[in-house]
Amino acid sequence: MWKFLHPYAKAQRSYELAGTLLPWFAVLAVVSFVLGTAWGLAFAPADYQQGDSFRIIYIHVPSAIMSMGVYTSMAIAALIGLVWQIRLSDMAVAAMAPVGAVFTFIALFTGAAWGKPMWGAWWVWDARLTSELILLFLYLGVIALYNAFSDKALAGKAAGILTLVGWINVPIIHFSVEWWNTLHQGATITKFAKPSIAGPMLWPLLIMLLAFTCYFAAVMLIRFRNEILIRESHRPWVKQLLLKSA
Amino acid sequence: MNPRRKKRLTIILSLVIGLGSAVGLTLFALSQNIDLFYTPTELVQGKGKDKRLPEVGDRLRIGGMVVPGTVSRDSQSLRVSFDLVDAGGPIVTVEYDGILPDLFREGQGIVAMGTLKDATTVVASEVLAKHDEEYMPAEVAESLKGMKHFKPEYTDEQLKGQH
Repeated sequence: MWKFLHPYAKAQRSYELAGTLLPWFAVLAVVSFVLGTAWGLAFAPADYQQGDSFRIIYIHVPSAIMSMGVYTSMAIAALIGLVWQIRLSDMAVAAMAPVGAVFTFIALFTGAAWGKPMWGAWWVWDARLTSELILLFLYLGVIALYNAFSDKALAGKAAGILTLVGWINVPIIHFSVEWWNTLHQGATITKFAKPSIAGPMLWPLLIMLLAFTCYFAAVMLIRFRNEILIRESHRPWVKQLLLKSA
Repeated sequence: MNPRRKKRLTIILSLVIGLGSAVGLTLFALSQNIDLFYTPTELVQGKGKDKRLPEVGDRLRIGGMVVPGTVSRDSQSLRVSFDLVDAGGPIVTVEYDGILPDLFREGQGIVAMGTLKDATTVVASEVLAKHDEEYMPAEVAESLKGMKHFKPEYTDEQLKGQH
């Protein structure tokens, strides 16, 4: 059933596939970023309570969703890397981690900038904010651990285990607003019910979500290709590639 | 799946499940302490299984809905007091001296941090507004909830008393 995937365990094939996919994601990201930003910031109606300040949702929510989504992708890649011992999976984890860390930082920063005018505080140690901060530290831990070993096979294994174990935090972040009483409000769109946001405000949010996803895919593919070239630099195909482009 | 992969998968899954349940049990045991605030019911009737009551003078956070019609402002200063309630339970009074957040309204959820003056009164040093997860344009909110929303206004005299 998974036979069609087998050729991609070879670094060269994966490198080429990443190169083919890259421009598509990049173009889609740019288009949806422009569309979503213009629609969300200029054309969506202002909120009945928060006025124009609510527009920060168009950055805050997609980056927060991505911070958890990227971590989950890393956990899946880490599991595959550890169980099937596919080196490319470890490279994918290393390629994704810094991107996810940036998303987490953006979510925390925009959240603080949103919280000050609306709640009246930059930061509150409630369960949602604290668990998201822990997610940032987990990302930094994975990045640090991967770079702490000069033997990259060992580094991939260590970072993979940390990634998998740390995944426990993702459902905690998601359900924190239900399990405990928090200052942060509950889920608006990531729930099995009708989104509690009016249609004209929802569409730009979904487009921004698509933009963030495609942006992540594009940046991840670039980093993944770099990681492959660095780790496979002794292989003849990489040398040939470099000679060709030089 | 060959036996070596199976073994690795078992080891990793049991590691994740084991650590997961350890974290889960810890959070469950700590759940009262992770809560950001007391609700009015918890403040009056006690919190958790052992019905722990805070003592007068304790620093705590109280969160609830501002009871419409109970907000009384001092016309000379920023002093304000209002009642908080949660799902139909007891009422707790909050006294505060300072500028309220923009989202503060009657019927709005808020979280106040302060000290307990007596069994049902909290003298707040900070009032934070809590908003829900619903977003809608003003016209929709008016037709749906039948209320107009406005910012609280301060007179110059009231603002002078600010420190």
